[in-house]
Amino acid sequence: MANVNIKINGIDVSAPAGSTILEAARLANIDIPTLCFLKEINEIGACRICVVEVKGARSLVASCVYPINEGMEIWTNTPKVIESRKKTLKLILSNHNRKCLSCVRSGDCELQKLCHDYKIDDETFYDGEKTESEIDTSAAHMIRDNSKCILCRRCVAVCAKTQGIGVIGANERGFKTNIGSAFDMGLGETSCVSCGQCIAVCPTGALAEKDYTDEVFAALADPEKYVIVQTAPAVRAALGEEFGLPIGTSVQGKMAAALRKLGFDKVFDTNFAADLTIMEEANEFLGRVKNGGVLPMITSCSPGWVKYCEHYFPDMTENLSTCKSPQQMFGATCKTYFAEKMGIDPKNMVVVSVMPCTAKKFEIGRDDQNAAGIADVDIALTTRELARMIKRAGLDFNALADEEFDLPLGLGTGAAVIFGATGGVMEAALRTAVETLTGEELKELNFTAVRGTEGIKEATYNVAGMDVKVAVVSGLANARELLNKVKSGEADYHFIEIMGCPGGCVNGGGQPQVPASVRNFTDVRALRAKVLYDLDEANSIRKSHENPAIKEIYAEFFGEPGSEKAHHILHTSYVKRSIN
Amino acid sequence: MLAKKNMVPFKGTKEQEAQLLEVISQLKDQEGSLMPILQKAQDIYGYLPIEVQTIISNETGIPLEKIYGVVTFYSQFSLYPKGKYNISVCLGTACYVKGSGDLFARLKERLGIEGGQTTSDGKFSLTDCRCIGACGLAPVLTVNEDVYGRLTVDDIDGIIAKYE
Repeated sequence: MANVNIKINGIDVSAPAGSTILEAARLANIDIPTLCFLKEINEIGACRICVVEVKGARSLVASCVYPINEGMEIWTNTPKVIESRKKTLKLILSNHNRKCLSCVRSGDCELQKLCHDYKIDDETFYDGEKTESEIDTSAAHMIRDNSKCILCRRCVAVCAKTQGIGVIGANERGFKTNIGSAFDMGLGETSCVSCGQCIAVCPTGALAEKDYTDEVFAALADPEKYVIVQTAPAVRAALGEEFGLPIGTSVQGKMAAALRKLGFDKVFDTNFAADLTIMEEANEFLGRVKNGGVLPMITSCSPGWVKYCEHYFPDMTENLSTCKSPQQMFGATCKTYFAEKMGIDPKNMVVVSVMPCTAKKFEIGRDDQNAAGIADVDIALTTRELARMIKRAGLDFNALADEEFDLPLGLGTGAAVIFGATGGVMEAALRTAVETLTGEELKELNFTAVRGTEGIKEATYNVAGMDVKVAVVSGLANARELLNKVKSGEADYHFIEIMGCPGGCVNGGGQPQVPASVRNFTDVRALRAKVLYDLDEANSIRKSHENPAIKEIYAEFFGEPGSEKAHHILHTSYVKRSIN
Repeated sequence: MLAKKNMVPFKGTKEQEAQLLEVISQLKDQEGSLMPILQKAQDIYGYLPIEVQTIISNETGIPLEKIYGVVTFYSQFSLYPKGKYNISVCLGTACYVKGSGDLFARLKERLGIEGGQTTSDGKFSLTDCRCIGACGLAPVLTVNEDVYGRLTVDDIDGIIAKYE
């Protein structure tokens, strides 16, 4: 597209036609502040923080949605602009719960940063009546505190558009406007799937996960408890951001060191269970193909996706793999195999998981997730909660020397670590399924057609004479689109990977929050995913069935994939839910 | 939040539901059909309780929350049926300065409902209105067609007792 020449703050800038003022300014390295704007998700020009002066315009314009024209002259920092932004901030503060000291987002709140940058020295200037609200704690995974909500509607947009769900929205009007659910139901009563994308995009502390860090510290301090930790693949690709490291930094070794210093009795890795998942899932898939089972088979690793399927496609729960998710397989294996091996009563074990995900908090409380008669996993933390624990314990994270995970349940392959990126589970499953079917070693381990951050990917692989059609989807609006095609018969896949969050777990609702100022102009998902693909390349074992710890556990305990014992411990069932 | 659950039992009939389904099937493929569907639904039922909004959501695929957001945005829509006796308090300027705000507050307390709501027995609903042209009698309220003027808070219990 042709370029357009404009002047910003007196500097000549050339930007593609169709760009907004905000985008053009970025090209000139001028950062215009925003609050409600989320690129491609929430472009409503409502908050008025991004206003700028345009020569000839009658009033200030919202730069996030205002397109540039040839010869336009723009000023982003005049006294008039700054005064307007200050007034907007003070008006927001007049109806804001300013308990910043005890707020979960203190330090990385986008509103707080703007107030600081704009030297707001009188936060009570417009004080008056405040909109009434109650804190909603009804959901298993999160709390909603509307007293800290600034009505930017980023959460509403991501829920409705990106995820195609729409269980939250703006209710009432004017001063009474509030973000909530239909008939003021608690979030836990709605068909919210717990993905946490709303938390990931919230600029303030209005939305946050339920924090269980105190419970973990208490378990670690209890001499009666044997406390085991597992970390999901995607956590190591993002945890460093909480400590100021650039997006896309692998902190696998530092994370293992930090967990050991926190005092966990065993520092294990969900990657082990991801390999176990592949063994069970590949076997299940081959079984369904051979025995005329329900196809397409759809992955069940993502608890947000599983809950979505139960609510919105209840007639397709038969398509879900019966495999528990890696988190749950890990917990189940700990409390059966590992407890037996170590002679520990599973009742004295506390299995803590660190996940890029908020839906994992819901998943640990699901039915049929209790192989040893007690919950497979006791506490699910997000990546953010782990960062809080490390800070509270006073560990200098960036100075920690790399350490390894403990054996045997800390051993994972390259196939396992890519579970954290969209397409990773499919690729890992293909590596094992193809070798199992053909009996020959794969020449090319990289299934690049299923890589990348696009929402829907398709590929066909000829395996031992059979064309296997696969699809990989991330983000639930994309899942709906694909599943409707499957239902109508327009698409006939054999195997589908679905992840609830766009880009997969690296972009999960429990990952470090990336401010909109960065998120709007950076491909966060691709940077984090690259960490995982690099770890895969660097691993000397890149196929789940070649993991020695996996071979050992089948030889010693499970027998073979899909055995009765494996079914009892590693597989689960689903329910049908309604839409609210 | 804040006591918004509908307390009045839903008494929709099969005929009403059939009418609503017919309206939806006629309109649902048009762009911007939610408003006319809601207007027709309110014509059919008199109000838009969760049962009615759920039917609309299921038939159109529009999330229930989005429908509820629209219903609570526009004052033309009501979540509550009109009571057998609708008490309407004038909050226009003359009545307001003469204390109709206190009358309204007393009625909310006495009936246990907010403005716009209906008691769970379906007997009384409470609304506010602007000037009804009886400023000489301020403060004024009406119960259906009956007008009561020059009121104080102490008159409220007696008025309600007449209709109980």
